[in-house]
Amino acid sequence: MNDRILVATRKGLFTWERRDRWKITRTAFLADPVTMVLPDARDEALYAALNLGHYGVKLHRSDDGGEAWEEITPPAYPQADDDDTSLRLIWSLEAGGGDQPGRLWAGTLPGGLFRSDDRGSTWHLQRTLWERPERWKWFGGGYDVPGIHSICVDPRDSGVVTLGVSCGGVWTTRDDGESWECTGKGMFAAYMPPERRDDPAIQDPHRLVQCTSQPDSLWVQHHNGVFKSNDRGATWHVLENVEPSVFGFAVGVHPHDPSTAWFVPAVKDECRIPVDAQLVVARTQDGGESFEVLRQGLPQEHAYDLVYRHGLDVDRSGERLVMGSTTGSLWISEDRGDSWSCLSTHLPPIYCVRFA
Amino acid sequence: MPRVVFTPNLERHVAAPSVDVPGRTVREVLEAVFASNTRLRGYVLDDQGFLRQHVVVFLNGEIVEDRRHLSDAVGESDELFVMQALSGG
Repeated sequence: MNDRILVATRKGLFTWERRDRWKITRTAFLADPVTMVLPDARDEALYAALNLGHYGVKLHRSDDGGEAWEEITPPAYPQADDDDTSLRLIWSLEAGGGDQPGRLWAGTLPGGLFRSDDRGSTWHLQRTLWERPERWKWFGGGYDVPGIHSICVDPRDSGVVTLGVSCGGVWTTRDDGESWECTGKGMFAAYMPPERRDDPAIQDPHRLVQCTSQPDSLWVQHHNGVFKSNDRGATWHVLENVEPSVFGFAVGVHPHDPSTAWFVPAVKDECRIPVDAQLVVARTQDGGESFEVLRQGLPQEHAYDLVYRHGLDVDRSGERLVMGSTTGSLWISEDRGDSWSCLSTHLPPIYCVRFA
Repeated sequence: MPRVVFTPNLERHVAAPSVDVPGRTVREVLEAVFASNTRLRGYVLDDQGFLRQHVVVFLNGEIVEDRRHLSDAVGESDELFVMQALSGG
């Protein structure tokens, strides 16, 4: 199991470690919004993306586990004539494959995917995606402009990368970014005009995850519901039996069992709170045939915690889960979500949790 | 030479001492500062080279008009003051 958790929040980055008990062992960037954090298992580097209120998006790297940080150059958009083309947020950071030392991917607002091959020192916009005509159909979901929040690098082939875009659907490259295909067949957006309901390039996958040991299996928590793919994301089928709601942001998949996935349901659309103000986790262990509602250890009255896209993580064993909310609450489960222990109820609003 | 003063608020993130540098426009003056303090550039300007949305520059106490191209004229004895706009707070 992973005994370290990185918690990126509205007011800093907090490292939790399991000693005699779970405790905060390090704080960094205190009072600054940390929008994303990446522990790179290949060389144990840490990356933290900040969005300073006045001074913009910053990127930092640590080579000693988070004791010291070095500011590195964040991605930059090429010169443009419009008002929208400028880096607003680093929404996702992922490491490339084991055969790609130094490779990082960054998903950003307003919709650019950036690649680095030198541990984040320099970044290059993936024009092969940015210049696709379908991108003009993308629109904001969660923010005013579109953004890439999920990046899945296929463990079998590092040149296969699948993205989740809000709102721009699911995109896949099979040639390391030389070309991209919008691969959302089967997804639908019931809230859109009928003519656009099935358009793959306007779908709103809130979060996309891939099973490590069986990468053909991908799960999506979509604005419209839960979708699963068994063919590397080429086609998707909807799962409508998630209780208490098919709406939510986060999804986690078991690294060794593609049939087991977790979701954090909420009331749909304008009323984004837990159903009946009871925080629960929905789990399937049979590929979505059925879902269990897990609530042991979670607040069951007047709970208004919302778990965002990156607020749920599963460790490498698949037994331990961590979940952080917009209300600054943090929970851990040691038994696949059967029961949860509260680590804190007074952290800043949590953007991202990641095992390291 | 024009003088450039930065809000002490910036020091939390990056060194931003007051400096006297040559230049005939706000752009020229600021670029002269950034030439020897490259990290500071990204805190004041965005990736398009425009003044960040929540940063403001005063020229002798008046807000500069051209936030994109920073073309406002600067005199030899003028003072620029760079600070965080309260809109971003």
